[in-house]
Amino acid sequence: MKNNSLVIQDVSLSYDNGKILAIENISFSVSADTVCVIIGPSGSGKSTLLRTIAGIEKNFDGNIFLGREKLSPKNKKIGFVPQNYGLYPWRTVEENILIGVKIKSKINDDIILKMNSIMESLGIFDFRHRFPGELSGGQQQRVSLARAFLLNADLLLMDEPFSALDAITREETQNIFLSLWKKNKLITILVTHDVDEALYLGKTIIVLSKKGRIWEILNNPFFGNREEIYNKNFIDMRARIREHIQKAGADI
Amino acid sequence: MSKNILVSYIIAAVGIFIVWYFIAMIFSVAMIPSPILVLQTLIDIFFSDIAIHAFYSLIRIIAGLFLAIVIGYPLGLAMGYFKKCDRFLSPLVYLTYPIPKISLLPIVMLLLGVGEFAKILMIFLIIVFQVVIAVRDGIREIPKETFYPLISLGASFKNFFVYVLWPAVLPKFLTAIRVAMATAISVLFFTETFGTKYGMGYFIMDAWLRVNYLEMYAGIIALSYIGLFIFGLIDFIEHITCRWQKRR
Repeated sequence: MKNNSLVIQDVSLSYDNGKILAIENISFSVSADTVCVIIGPSGSGKSTLLRTIAGIEKNFDGNIFLGREKLSPKNKKIGFVPQNYGLYPWRTVEENILIGVKIKSKINDDIILKMNSIMESLGIFDFRHRFPGELSGGQQQRVSLARAFLLNADLLLMDEPFSALDAITREETQNIFLSLWKKNKLITILVTHDVDEALYLGKTIIVLSKKGRIWEILNNPFFGNREEIYNKNFIDMRARIREHIQKAGADI
Repeated sequence: MSKNILVSYIIAAVGIFIVWYFIAMIFSVAMIPSPILVLQTLIDIFFSDIAIHAFYSLIRIIAGLFLAIVIGYPLGLAMGYFKKCDRFLSPLVYLTYPIPKISLLPIVMLLLGVGEFAKILMIFLIIVFQVVIAVRDGIREIPKETFYPLISLGASFKNFFVYVLWPAVLPKFLTAIRVAMATAISVLFFTETFGTKYGMGYFIMDAWLRVNYLEMYAGIIALSYIGLFIFGLIDFIEHITCRWQKRR
């Protein structure tokens, strides 16, 4: 069941009774076991698109399928990681991690074992009884990742998950994300405004234009590879995406 | 930590008594008896005379508070969560909220008599508005992003309530009760001077009429301890349920 792809068909969404078009005729598909990065200038509707896929924006036109079924938060497991990590300050780290599982299924011994091993591997096991407010941004983001991966979701959606972190923590957390993802591959859509992040984490990179349309879809040969930053092809691709985003920003 | 709090309370209480002691000594009139005599009286008559009155007052406060929460919380929740509900009910709340509730006492007594229910209703009227407004504003202030991870999990309203609404509103809710409680106790005192033979209000006014100043002061101290007990209880509940706030 998990080997199905995510298909977005002609999705449009407008605010204020159709006056403001946030995204327009978006169509693409993401095959199973792929991280797809959506990048674009600010105001291009990246986050709106992600919220639409997540089932948060409900009044959209078009169709979203996961496999043969229409995607809906009720019939699929969707993990959503917002920019502020989406942790609840009144719940301990452990309770925060378990929220997804509690809502979607039942907690059993296997889940607890799995949670403990994820927490160990993320270095947050010792904080499990603390509250998110007592942790640093990087630690909070790791808690958020633990929640997303413990859920064993059908689809993982991340809205600029690393943008609030400082440069060193960001790189570290990106690596943690990628190693977790490689162990539990699932369709992932990650929104970012950072070209380097897109090149490191995106197998597919979708560039959105300012008017909420798809500007270009790129295949990224440098996925999961940080060593190539001096490679000429890498530098070219990076320059190309930058240029695309600039053009897309003007939507010319 | 709780030991330190207890010590600081004892120091404050002793301080008040020392000031009182000197005032009593300087003026040396029957109207201001020495705190030592008052405490002696309190100890002597607490179980024989005051306890039953304190019990009545406490039960009335708890009943009024309970009613205010049972009705006010869901109302505030509905107004904060459903915009339509708020549009409909807000004018009603704002038109009635500024009325000093004590001025409704004659009407309440006319309609309900001077019995228990009238007294409880007065306490209810004072607390319920605070609860409604605190809960409504608390819910309105929750950023909508807070709900996103839950929405994408297909969460039910019950999930929203358990994971977000209840804990997010709780500190505000408890503060509202704390604020309303001070007014509620003073209004309770007032209502207990009518149509009852029980309650701290009755006891204090009765002692006053009997020109028994020692008992009157003892009653005032007992009433303030009831207030202290209630505030302590609210603080304790907040300490247990809002642990996450303390450590931020």
